[in-house]
Amino acid sequence: MIPLSWYIIFAAILFCVGLYGALARRNALAILMGIELMLNAANVNLVAFWRYGTLAIRGQVFALIVFAVAAAEAAVGLALIISIYRRRTTIAVEDIDMMKW
Amino acid sequence: MTSLQLVFLLIAAGTVFAALMVVLSKHLVHAALWLILVLAGIAVLFVLLNAGFLAVVQVAVYIDAIAILIIIVVMLTQRAMGPTKMHVNRNWGVALLTAIVLFAGLLALFNQMPALQSQAPPFALDAEILLDDLGLSLVDTDRYIIPFEVASVLLLAALIGSIMIAWPRGSASEEERET
Repeated sequence: MIPLSWYIIFAAILFCVGLYGALARRNALAILMGIELMLNAANVNLVAFWRYGTLAIRGQVFALIVFAVAAAEAAVGLALIISIYRRRTTIAVEDIDMMKW
Repeated sequence: MTSLQLVFLLIAAGTVFAALMVVLSKHLVHAALWLILVLAGIAVLFVLLNAGFLAVVQVAVYIDAIAILIIIVVMLTQRAMGPTKMHVNRNWGVALLTAIVLFAGLLALFNQMPALQSQAPPFALDAEILLDDLGLSLVDTDRYIIPFEVASVLLLAALIGSIMIAWPRGSASEEERET
C-alpha cells in the first residue's frame, strides 16, 4: 500500500510549484494557472486525509466545496482578465497599475 | 514495491513534471495544455484513493470547464503577450526562494507528524453506499446543507459577476441594449 506521506509530499511539491508560478509569472493568466495548481494540491491533501482517517464523509464534502470555489474563482478571474485586456490591451500584471498611487 | 506504489510513483512524477512545465513554459497555450495533464494526473490519484466520484468531478469541472475556459482566454488574449516576451517578472528569484523555503518548512513539519507512516485502513465501504451518503449529507439539515447553500450562492454570484465584468462597454453593445 501507499503510505500517507507520499501523498502529502506530492501535494507539497505541487503547492510549491504553483506558488512559484503565481509569484513569478508576468502574465495574469499564468498566475491564475498557478492558483489552480495550489487549489488542486489542497484537494489532494483533503482526499488523502479522508482516505487515511476514519472515512468520515466530511473530507469529500470539503473537497466538493473546494471544487465550487475553484470554478467561481476561475470564472471571475478570467472575466477580469478579459475586461482588462479590452481596456488596456495588456495582461502583464505590472502594467495593470491603475489602482497604484 | 507493489504495483499500486509503482502506479503512484509514475503518475506523481508525470504530474510534477507537467506542473513544472505549466510554470516554466514560455508559450501560454503550452502551459494550459500541460495544466490539463496535471489535472488528469490528480484525477488518477483520486481513483487510487478510492474517491471515484471526485475523480469524475475533477474531469468534468476542471478539465472540461476550467481548462477549456483558460485555453479560450489564452487564445483571446494571445496578441497581448506573445511567447517572445519575458515570461517571469524581475522578482522571480525571490519567488523561487519563497517556494523552496516553504517546501523545506513543510517537510520539516511533516517529520514531526506521527500519523504520517500510517497505512490506509481497509476500504470496507461499498462505493454506492458512500456516494449515497455523500449526496444525502449535502442536503441534510443536520449536516452540510449550509456549506452547500453557501457554495450555490457563491456560484450564482460568480456567474452574474463574471457576466457583468466581461460585458463589452463598446458602443455596439450599448446600442444593442438600448434597442
